[in-house]
Amino acid sequence: MAPPEAAPLAGRRKRKRRGAARGGAGGGMAAALLLLLLLLAAGPGPGRADAGQERRDALREELLLSPLPTGDVAATFQFRTRWDADLQRGSVSHYRLFPKALGRLVAALGVRELHLALTQGFWRTRYWGQPPLQAPAGAELWVWFQPTVTDVDKAWKELSNILSGIFCASLNFIDSTNTVIPTASFKPLGLANGTDHHLLRYAVLPREVVCTENLTPWKKLLPCGSKAGLAVLLKAERLFHSSYHSQAVHIRPICRDASCLAMSWELRQTLTVVFDFFSSGQGKKDWSLFKMFSRTLTDTCPLASQSKVYVDISPKTKEKELLEVSPPPTSVHEAVVQGDKKTYAVYDLLSPSLFNTSRSLNVQLKWKRPQDSSEMPIPTLHAQRYVAGYGLQTGEICTLIYNTHPYRAFPVILLETVPWYLRLYVHTLTIITKGKENKPSYIHYQPAQDRRRPHLLEMLIQLPANSVTKITIQFERALLKWTEYPPDPNHGFYVGSSVLSALVPSVTAMKDMDVEQSPLFTSLFPSSDGSSYFVRLYTEPLLVNLPTPDFSMPYNVICLTCTVVAVCYGSFYNLLTRTFHVEEPSRGGLAKRLANVIRKFRGVPPL
Amino acid sequence: MGLLSDPQCRRALGRLLLRLNTPLCVLSYLSGLAWFLLLPLLAPRTYLSENAMGSTMVGEGSDLGPRALALARDFGEHRRREGGIPVSWLSHTMFQLGLEVHSQPFARTLPFPDEAHERYLVRGTNVFGVLRAPRAASTEALLLLVPCCEGGKNEQAVGLLLALAGYCRGQIYWAKDLIFLVTEHDLLGTQAWLEGYHGVNLTAMQSGPFPGRAGAIQAALALELSSDVLTSVDVAVEGLDGQLPNLDLLNLFQSFCHKNGLLCTLQGKLPPPEGPSGPGYAQSLRTLGLMVLGQAGGAPGGPHGLFLRFRIEALTLRGINSFRQHKFDLGATLEGMFRKLNNLLERLHQSYFLYLLPSLARFVSIGSYAPARGGLLYLVPPILISGGAGAALYLWDPLYPISDPKSPCTPILTPFLSPQARGGLLYLVPPILISGGAGAALYLLPVRGQAVATQHFPVGEAEAVVLALIGIYVAGMALPHSTHRALSGGGQRGWMTLKLLALLALALLLTCLALLNFSLGFLLGVTLVPPAAAVRPGGNRLPLALLLVLTTPGLSLFMAVLLERELLEAPAGLGEAWQRFLGALGQGLLQEHLHGAHLSPLLCLGAYPCWLLLWNVLFWK
Repeated sequence: MAPPEAAPLAGRRKRKRRGAARGGAGGGMAAALLLLLLLLAAGPGPGRADAGQERRDALREELLLSPLPTGDVAATFQFRTRWDADLQRGSVSHYRLFPKALGRLVAALGVRELHLALTQGFWRTRYWGQPPLQAPAGAELWVWFQPTVTDVDKAWKELSNILSGIFCASLNFIDSTNTVIPTASFKPLGLANGTDHHLLRYAVLPREVVCTENLTPWKKLLPCGSKAGLAVLLKAERLFHSSYHSQAVHIRPICRDASCLAMSWELRQTLTVVFDFFSSGQGKKDWSLFKMFSRTLTDTCPLASQSKVYVDISPKTKEKELLEVSPPPTSVHEAVVQGDKKTYAVYDLLSPSLFNTSRSLNVQLKWKRPQDSSEMPIPTLHAQRYVAGYGLQTGEICTLIYNTHPYRAFPVILLETVPWYLRLYVHTLTIITKGKENKPSYIHYQPAQDRRRPHLLEMLIQLPANSVTKITIQFERALLKWTEYPPDPNHGFYVGSSVLSALVPSVTAMKDMDVEQSPLFTSLFPSSDGSSYFVRLYTEPLLVNLPTPDFSMPYNVICLTCTVVAVCYGSFYNLLTRTFHVEEPSRGGLAKRLANVIRKFRGVPPL
Repeated sequence: MGLLSDPQCRRALGRLLLRLNTPLCVLSYLSGLAWFLLLPLLAPRTYLSENAMGSTMVGEGSDLGPRALALARDFGEHRRREGGIPVSWLSHTMFQLGLEVHSQPFARTLPFPDEAHERYLVRGTNVFGVLRAPRAASTEALLLLVPCCEGGKNEQAVGLLLALAGYCRGQIYWAKDLIFLVTEHDLLGTQAWLEGYHGVNLTAMQSGPFPGRAGAIQAALALELSSDVLTSVDVAVEGLDGQLPNLDLLNLFQSFCHKNGLLCTLQGKLPPPEGPSGPGYAQSLRTLGLMVLGQAGGAPGGPHGLFLRFRIEALTLRGINSFRQHKFDLGATLEGMFRKLNNLLERLHQSYFLYLLPSLARFVSIGSYAPARGGLLYLVPPILISGGAGAALYLWDPLYPISDPKSPCTPILTPFLSPQARGGLLYLVPPILISGGAGAALYLLPVRGQAVATQHFPVGEAEAVVLALIGIYVAGMALPHSTHRALSGGGQRGWMTLKLLALLALALLLTCLALLNFSLGFLLGVTLVPPAAAVRPGGNRLPLALLLVLTTPGLSLFMAVLLERELLEAPAGLGEAWQRFLGALGQGLLQEHLHGAHLSPLLCLGAYPCWLLLWNVLFWK
């Protein structure tokens, strides 16, 4: 029962958590964050989960379409499978909706919580705003193991290899050189009894490229595959014709009901895509489902107990009627999400009226007036990271963290993982806010060991209101052994994104959410009270060049060096160590030599 | 090394070297020069080494001409209205094109007024738009730079940049971010932008916070267009301190010249007719000479020159209207180059970084010119034989009968280590100290003392600096006459030891230079080696003194100015050359303060003291 935030905040959080857990809503202990929707009639609410009905499972699917401030459109799918069975205890052999591959994995390896994200591209928080769920570029995997697991490292290794097979990703490259054990940044999101961080493993592969081969196995985990329901939109050709693509799998245990006496397992499969309508639409920002996915919705997945499409129609400015959605939505919903008042048009695919008029649903959005505001809303928390300096010897990793809240300060946890071949100098760590030094209230630093483990730096930093905090740390580039270079050494070496976790104070007061009627489309993250919300941000990955030998002519280099060493060093060493004396021209010839031989035998000095 | 450790052999070898010293010197010097003159004939054709750019030709689909013209006209109007770079208009236009727009204000106070550009307190703003590549995490970027706009010169280039940005925004194949940058005050703005981007402060540049970044920049192109009608494109490669971009970048440009039928020139010269015929050879040699002069000067040949320090391969393209028949559209070429660079998997590293260009299509790699340097740096032979180790031989062989006739096997440095010699080495201190001091004064005083100079003399600050430079330089030549008063010299052995030191210093300097900036090392070698080898006191000093004065680095610079005009086929009179020479001195000093160029400290603290030592040797008493 621990929050994902800073330790100092734990007490306050915990109370809230328990409250949420007692509520026993669909989000389990997690309170709603992403979308706060009052689901009154639609679908059997999780709160009504009947304890008497054994091994009940349910699938709910949602699609959220939200126009971004830049004119791009983000589409977020979430498929949530909930299973009232205890995977850990008792041999579960019959799988219905829950994918067997993952279920057996959880049971066999003692996994308590599993979060895997595969991302291509970078979520530009500064311009796109806070995402519902952010993930770093590349592959990210973090797992909490059960306390019963004795050898966590072995289980972690095995798990990453199995996942690598399931998702066709290079997760098998996760080893001790890129695995860390964060102490504060990642807390269990589901039911948990303790937070011994030795049971946690976290790894990022920034270079992982995500493509259709990863999407297909992900789609196969869905009960309806991509045959029916919202999943028909998941056409690889369109999903990868986008600015950003992120797919994730989250498995966690949750409370089965309000009393929280039994445990259920929840699998969330999420997929976020950002479509760029600037390049295709010549500056026109109107869009429709068909334009985005080249498909429309025709039917629902028969296995789904809920299937909804939400369209974010929140007015950007005071004037409301700026945009228009068609067909008319089933209902309109208002909620406060991440500190912002949002209005959603809701299409319930299960309601019979929807497909009555037409055979397919093609949600369209039209702007009544061209929007030309270069004034974009700036998110309260955003960050930027880059490598400063030039040359191949030293450098500096700079992280700029912006708090644009007009009057409230808040703390943020920064997690930096840097590969061992960049040798960090911790004494050069500086944190500067508004020209003054900012002392972090908590620092956890674990130095790297060459070829064994990476640097881990975790800090809790207080961000004053309306400020920029600059964190710099210098490093030196190591010279690798020549067999350690990858085939393309001149491309550079990646440093994974750093992670920012914060409780961001909300500008608009959020109303305390009604957990009984908690909407399905909640975020994973628990919210605290109404005044702040949890945000996890990832910065850019970095590309750093290491000193690289010229691999094109190793033979020449070896020959030249050997020759130079042999000729110069050898002869100079010879000259330096030899004692010189003048050789008297030998006189006396044969007779003298003979005499000397005889004298040598006698043991007297020669002539 | 049995040869050297065996005293008999060594003595024989020493004798041989001594006897043949002069012919060997002359031979190696001449062979070096001859090899250099042969370089245009030895140059092979260029070829693309980078697979990612070579195998596939991209098809360019852009037709930017009319749009670029319209944008340039708009830009020109706004620029004239605001009297500077129209930041808000440019930002707005870039935003409309769908870029992420940022601007960076900067300010710089020059150490002394720059007369060539008429500026002292410089304030400006760089505006840049970033096209974020889809599905990439901003780890790599390409850059297009347009310096703006001394007297409205480069408006067309801004128009082309905007048109290209608009076109590229509509394409989906970008794997690297594209940065479209418009800088103000040409090199100063570029320097400020680069320092801001890399988070360093190398010069005393003051600039505001740097908002947007896009990872490691893989390659950059700078664009300068003099008019909307384009008949040929000149490409500049020389960067700061003679650094050169990877040859593949130039090859890429050349292949597009070929493909699009563009008339491309290097150093303002068209490619020479093929074959080893007379005119072809002469033109190649001329182009090569211009390149050597440009590289030796160490001044960036365009805004691209500042990128090379940050390991960003860069070129400057200059569109020229030479009133020929053909007209070209550069847009398609730029698009094609960016698309090919976009295909890069690694940063450019396959091809040469050290080369000379006798024409756009031919190159001389370091492997070919090393023997030429061989000639001159086998100069090391001149140095080795008359100086260096040979100098030691040269010195101790005549000396050892005096110092220690009984031990012909004394190691080379014995003369300096034997007790009587050590006491006698004190006489070397004044000339070395004074030469070094003169160099330091030459380096520090002109800029530091400009305030004093302007108070006491009726000259402007810029003039004061240049005149002080020349004054100190000439005054330094009077010093040897006073050095002997401090301590009396060591006679015959005295000047020989001093010459040995001077030669060793020169050899060290030239060897390092030949690796860092071949052209500078070569030119200094050509001029300094003959007097260095020949100088000795006594006898008729006048011809030697004349030779030394003629080859002093200052006068070499003057000669270089004359030679450059000659090679450009626009010979200058002495008066004009003198004006250019003064300008070059001022610019040289400014380069050091504004961009951290190494030429002026190198000449002041390295070559000049070296030359003063030789001058001391000549007037040894």
